[in-house]
Amino acid sequence: MKDKMFEILKSIPDMEKKLREIRDVLLTNLVMLGEIPSPTFQEQSRMNFLVHRFNQYNLLNCSTDEIGNGLGILPGKSGDRNILLVAHMDSEYDDKADHTISIQPNSVTGPGVADNALGLAVIASLPYILEKLNIELNSNLILMGSARSLGAGNLEGIRFFLDNTDINISTGLSVEGVRLGRLSNSAIGMARCEVHYWVPEGYDWTQFGAVGSIVTLNEFINRILEIPIPTRPATSIVFSSIESGRGYSKVSTEAELKFEIQSESEEMVEQLLQQINSIAIEIATKTAARVVVKELSRRKPGGIDFSHPLVTNARKIMEAMDIKPRITPSMSELSAFIDAGIPALTIGISSLETASKTAESVKIDPMYKGLAQLISLLVAIDKGYCDEN
Amino acid sequence: MKIDKWIKENTFHHSAFEDLDKLVKEKEKQNLKISLCIPTLNEEKTIGKEIVLFNSELMTRYPLLDEIAVIDSGSIDNTLEVARSFGADTYLASDILPNLDNKKGKGENLWKAIYQLKGDIIVYIDADIKNIHPRFVYGLLAPLIYNKKTKYVKAFYDRPLAFSEGIRPSGGGRVTEILIRPLFSLFFPELSAIIQPLSGEYAVRREVLEKLSFPIGYGVETAHLLDIYREYGMDAFAQTDLDQRVHRNQETMSLGKMSFGILQTFLHRMKSYGMMTDIPELSTILRQFQAHDDVFESIEQEIVEEERPPMITIPEYLKKRGNK
Repeated sequence: MKDKMFEILKSIPDMEKKLREIRDVLLTNLVMLGEIPSPTFQEQSRMNFLVHRFNQYNLLNCSTDEIGNGLGILPGKSGDRNILLVAHMDSEYDDKADHTISIQPNSVTGPGVADNALGLAVIASLPYILEKLNIELNSNLILMGSARSLGAGNLEGIRFFLDNTDINISTGLSVEGVRLGRLSNSAIGMARCEVHYWVPEGYDWTQFGAVGSIVTLNEFINRILEIPIPTRPATSIVFSSIESGRGYSKVSTEAELKFEIQSESEEMVEQLLQQINSIAIEIATKTAARVVVKELSRRKPGGIDFSHPLVTNARKIMEAMDIKPRITPSMSELSAFIDAGIPALTIGISSLETASKTAESVKIDPMYKGLAQLISLLVAIDKGYCDEN
Repeated sequence: MKIDKWIKENTFHHSAFEDLDKLVKEKEKQNLKISLCIPTLNEEKTIGKEIVLFNSELMTRYPLLDEIAVIDSGSIDNTLEVARSFGADTYLASDILPNLDNKKGKGENLWKAIYQLKGDIIVYIDADIKNIHPRFVYGLLAPLIYNKKTKYVKAFYDRPLAFSEGIRPSGGGRVTEILIRPLFSLFFPELSAIIQPLSGEYAVRREVLEKLSFPIGYGVETAHLLDIYREYGMDAFAQTDLDQRVHRNQETMSLGKMSFGILQTFLHRMKSYGMMTDIPELSTILRQFQAHDDVFESIEQEIVEEERPPMITIPEYLKKRGNK
């Protein structure tokens, strides 16, 4: 019996060719969105541009909400189902960074280009792209730029929408700029934390351990490293950033560490967090420092099975395009879909050329594959091929 | 005061022209053809983005432009390859009107654009703008499209680094504020209303462009303003605030060269207008100094502000345009 995906898979090479013709529209949206600074909690200008674009394409319900998400609906022929496509609007670069983006024949470079201006540009360009490809879906396509996603934002935008909308979402797709081949069907459990040590101003430097906040924090890290980490359930502690010190001749009085506990098990995340809290307090007591451990965000593990038709069809599409699927757990918008019980995936659009502290560089050529993969998957979802029996 | 009245009536902000549907309809109603010319010399880093944005927004989405052309002075980097890869028409200035003697300079590229491009209006945009946006083009074109009396629209940029309340400087560059505005205030007070006379972004009707002679170097913008003012008066001008322009900053020595070239153009114009009759023959050597430890070294450079005659006097042009 012929695979029902056959027609979709057959149309991919032709679609990829046609997508090359819309390159400038996608790149323009990438530049125009990406050059608007959009740190978490300050996404309004980027959102305004996105909603303006949705208006230009005559989408329905072009609007924002009290969290600052940007939304528009491309109505389907029957409107029997609603597919939500989301890309987060916030970026890790603050508004003082030079947000200039440059375009070369093979790549686009600038701060936040990969994470996630490209994903957002895809959302912004999709109505135009579908029109150019003469694709009219039966389903309503809800396009969303989500606010307050990263760091302390803790996916507030997408969670707010899913908690408060009356629309029955059948499937969710989270679009990330990189990497092409990314296929996330599950989320791991996670606790994202900050530890802040202060050494008192009037500290007597002759006392035991009186070496300032850096050494105190170092002791804290060493103690965390002594915690036995299980391989099953897969678990890790990621030290993300560290900040301390004001110059050569001054003993540091403040130090901050950001870290994440990641695990397939929610209980393991909780257990490790409690252990780390105890270590922090013990060290503070010994050194007379003050400590605050702040939990910024928490995600539950979960997701759809690897054998779910949404995953198997996404893999078929990737394999038909010679894209090697990289199955990785996600901590992006996917977590919010999982919590809401909506089948969802995260996919990437292009490949990263380089990434530095000030800019990211994404390749142009893989973008056509990334778009063809996304649109093919949308068509499969629209036709009901990704529904679980 | 006349200057205040002119500023009030002829100074715009780009946001007034955001309705591109309306602008394109008006353009089509008048059956206008519009060309964008980007003069280049080693601009591979910024040219790609300019072409992608203008092509996508102002040709594909809103057909305001009929052609995008890059006219290059002989870049040694990949400017032309990058521009071509994003679909621009690319020309080497020396390949246009090849029978004429070869000259190098931005003004030469601007002048040859009149011959090469087909637009009834040509909009010139520099290639080194980091924060390029479609407003740079439609902000300059709209006053021409909406008002047939307007012949030349100049860009200016509001660049408040910090200000308290109400009043802030208009944000002209150093050469503008130290050289051009004082000169205009002395000899052509009305022209001092042009907020940034040296900005490289402007849109002009062909009927005006083809009658202008073009200094090929630093003096081209100043010469345009003087000649158009003399021929048509202030009513021919408009200016549009394009907000911010982020570009390379020039060193003081480079600004010295620029000022030297502009002064030559200005003084030659004063002589030809009969406003200064006793000007001696001007030296074309600029002397600048640099210090090595305690030793001061003189650097001499010849800067000659050559001019191209009005395009309408070039037989090849008349032939191409069918002696219109």
